[in-house]
Amino acid sequence: MSTLTINDLRKSFGLVEVLKGINLEARTGEFIALVGPSGCGKSTLLAMIAGLETVTAGEIRIGGRLVNSVAPKDRDIAMVFQSYALYPTMTVRQNMLFGMESRGVPKDEQVAAIKRVAALLQIEPLLERKPGQLSGGQRQRVAMGRALVRDPKLFLFDEPLSNLDAKLRVDMRTEIKKLHHRVGKTTVYVTHDQVEAMTLASRIAVMHQGEVQQFDEPQTIYDRPANIFVAGFMGSPAMNFIPAELSTIDGSDAVSFPGHGGGLTTLKLHRSAPAGISGRRVILGIRPEHLSRNNPEVRGKEGLATLVAPVEVVEPTGAETMAVLRVGELEVVGRFTPDEAPRMGEDMIVSVDMTHACLFDPATQRLI
Amino acid sequence: MADLALAQALDPEAAVAGRRRLMARVLIYGILGLFALVYIVPLLVVVMNSFRDQPEIARNGLISLPQSFGLDAWWSAWDSYCIGGNCEGMKRYFFNSLWMTIPATLISTMLGAMNGYVLSKWRFRGSEILFTCMLLGVFMPGQISLMPWAFILGKLGLSNSVVGLVVVHCVQGLSFTTLFCRNYYISVPDDLIKAARIDGAGFWRIFWKIILPLSPPILIVTVIWQFTGIWNEYLFGVVFTSGSQQPITAALVALTAGGTTASAYDVMSAAVLIGALPPLLVYFLGGKYFVRGLTQGAIK
Amino acid sequence: MGLENYFSLWANRRWNVAYTNLFLFSGFYVLGSMAVGLLLAILIDQRVRAESVWRTIFLYPLAVSFIVTGTVWSWLYNPSSGIELLVRNLGWSNFSFALASDRQYAIYAVIITGVWQSSGFAMALFLAGLRSVDGDIIKAAQIDGASTFRTYRRVILPVIAPIFLAVAVVQIQFAIKTFDLVAALTRGGPGISTTFPAIYVYDLMFQRGQIGEGAAAAMMMLVALAVVLVPYSLFVVWRRRREGQNG
Ligand SMILES: Nc1ncnc2c1ncn2[C@@H]1O[C@H](COP(=O)(O)OP(=O)(O)OP(=O)(O)O)[C@@H](O)[C@H]1O
Ligand SMILES: [Mg+2]
Repeated sequence: MSTLTINDLRKSFGLVEVLKGINLEARTGEFIALVGPSGCGKSTLLAMIAGLETVTAGEIRIGGRLVNSVAPKDRDIAMVFQSYALYPTMTVRQNMLFGMESRGVPKDEQVAAIKRVAALLQIEPLLERKPGQLSGGQRQRVAMGRALVRDPKLFLFDEPLSNLDAKLRVDMRTEIKKLHHRVGKTTVYVTHDQVEAMTLASRIAVMHQGEVQQFDEPQTIYDRPANIFVAGFMGSPAMNFIPAELSTIDGSDAVSFPGHGGGLTTLKLHRSAPAGISGRRVILGIRPEHLSRNNPEVRGKEGLATLVAPVEVVEPTGAETMAVLRVGELEVVGRFTPDEAPRMGEDMIVSVDMTHACLFDPATQRLI
Repeated sequence: MADLALAQALDPEAAVAGRRRLMARVLIYGILGLFALVYIVPLLVVVMNSFRDQPEIARNGLISLPQSFGLDAWWSAWDSYCIGGNCEGMKRYFFNSLWMTIPATLISTMLGAMNGYVLSKWRFRGSEILFTCMLLGVFMPGQISLMPWAFILGKLGLSNSVVGLVVVHCVQGLSFTTLFCRNYYISVPDDLIKAARIDGAGFWRIFWKIILPLSPPILIVTVIWQFTGIWNEYLFGVVFTSGSQQPITAALVALTAGGTTASAYDVMSAAVLIGALPPLLVYFLGGKYFVRGLTQGAIK
Repeated sequence: MGLENYFSLWANRRWNVAYTNLFLFSGFYVLGSMAVGLLLAILIDQRVRAESVWRTIFLYPLAVSFIVTGTVWSWLYNPSSGIELLVRNLGWSNFSFALASDRQYAIYAVIITGVWQSSGFAMALFLAGLRSVDGDIIKAAQIDGASTFRTYRRVILPVIAPIFLAVAVVQIQFAIKTFDLVAALTRGGPGISTTFPAIYVYDLMFQRGQIGEGAAAAMMMLVALAVVLVPYSLFVVWRRRREGQNG
């Protein structure tokens, strides 16, 4: 049973096509995250789901009902805005009542709903305050409260945490996760923070230039990104991309690329490459955490390959140490534990975990 | 403290700097005081003359310290002075102005708020063009619209009436009130409107419950602007009304034009003050908003 | 409405006086009120005591009508009761000050009164501008050792340059529409010496019933406004767009 279905949805502002055929679907109770760089159309998509923007082409269904031309108030949705959009002249209580009053919900139900939600979000002491008298985190809570009192079919969040400071953002993230667990409402959550998307969502839609690049479970998106854009967008520091050529070594498939001292570096692939593409150019994608120091413990582990690279920059962050390594003409970022951290200027022997390596087609940019 | 003074006395450089600072202060207050005098004196002259008797004014001139005091001039100006053969004083014109200004101010402000709301939050095809046209109204000289208005008022049967002036001022003021309100509402986040729409509120409910409660700052500015503007307006008053229907500005000109009657400066001073008092009162009570209106009206 | 209205308008001596007056008045009025306004704004900006009192004094003329201002100043200009009498009573028995009743100089009486009425407006705008200047650049200038005068001339005033333009445009627009002030102060006289376009339009239309020529004169006022406002609004739009691109 799916609560939200979007088929080939398009949106143009004048001549500019902002959304170019979006297909999405959210099963009941699911938490969908929409991620993508600024301007890719996330907010527009959300506004169309909410009924705040008109549909140029395609269809939106909520709970099976076609809602393309249904007014926002009749779509049975609630939305939390990035700016919170709390009514500044009303108290917190009035803010939460406003929607129910507009809909003519009976008085006793209104009171009960406020009581329930205020307890859920622990905002009882704030009910008589105006938004101007609240801290950022409290405002955020009230904004969610306003959405929750309505008990809608579908929750929409548009970057609800991006106005909070870093620490509060992490706390609220956890809170939203707990809340979703408890309330179990279908949710579409827009963010440009891929960590938020990874931690919260049951499925992630990665958007770019008005198109959904990949729509899948977080781990799949991380491990098997559909294309170079998704691979580069998800994960921080970003995945390293190394142009290479398919070859064979000891009878098994491998990739080779220019390495240390001008020589050719060849890494054996863990999975064998599809037949008939030997000699072809590919792009090898390796995440920073799949590089490690070549030491006795890991030696002999399956799927490891080694290469030698001079260390150019070392950036310790405490929990881990990032290092920029030189591989041929390229800079490759690695993520190391502090005790195996490289030193500046060292020629490091690096183990590459080829079980997680991705290969992309340079022409189509897609995963091979 | 004493140490500091001692140190300063011993430090010639500090002493020089201190003296220069003092000189600068004296200069600043001196110039400001001079200008203030120039600004205050005309008001002071009129106020004082309204309380002096005419023979004394004739003897010593307008600008001199009062040697007599009386309220006769005020009574006469309010109640019985003759203007153009009509000996009822200013009261009739004062009330004409009041009954013209209050409704015109309220109506044009309300309409402006609604226009501004539509133009900023419910944009439609052509709304920008409409807004530009309204902007032109701000700059249009009154002379351009005299003939059309004379025609319209004639058709409506409102020639030479205070109601006619109310209509004229409502429409003429609309560009300003719309401009003020639109520019203010533009800064109200659109997300607020979106949230309200999702909450099930319609056009009017959003206006009453969300926009209007946010509006007092701009409504005060607009009301003050309109009130002083309409009260002080002269051209429409003198063109579209005559005799007993005139607003106070037109009456004042008629009064002083008939000044051949041995220039009763005492009564005329009182009359002028009666004409200036309402906007002055508004200015002294709502000065902050008045200035805000001025700066906004100018810069946008 | 035919073109002949425009021909007869431009052939009319009174119209020539009117627009010559307009140029003279606009120039002195705009420069005068901006100079006074800027001076007052800078002085008030020196952290003077009772700032709001000063501001209230300089701004109150804006609240009263030009009719009131014009009437009162016409008394002050009147030789037999106003300034001339005052000075004579003070001892200079042959002092003469008959600005408003002298054909040649009456226009300056209008200018002085106009400046008196509206330099407070320029002051308010300049002061708002001065207050909006980022305090850090002023501190930076002080640390660089610039004197107060130099700080204003080189750092602060250039930042608020757009305000100069805005004030000038608004004042020119007032000047073109000037009607009430003259109507109350000189009634266009003595003779026709202080006739302004707006006065002339009114006279043609409502005193002499020459509607066609009056409309032509009104159109000329509109043209004058357009000449000032159209380039200015284009400039403002252009600047906003440029800022939009940079921001
Ligand atoms: N009303 C509009 N008229 C014209 N273009 C618009 C309009 N609204 C959005 N756009 C354009 O549509 C594109 C997508 O905008 P949208 O706000 O959906 O991006 P976003 O993914 O939410 O970005 P962000 O992360 O910055 O919020 C942008 O290029 C934007 O300029
Ligand atoms: Mg967005």
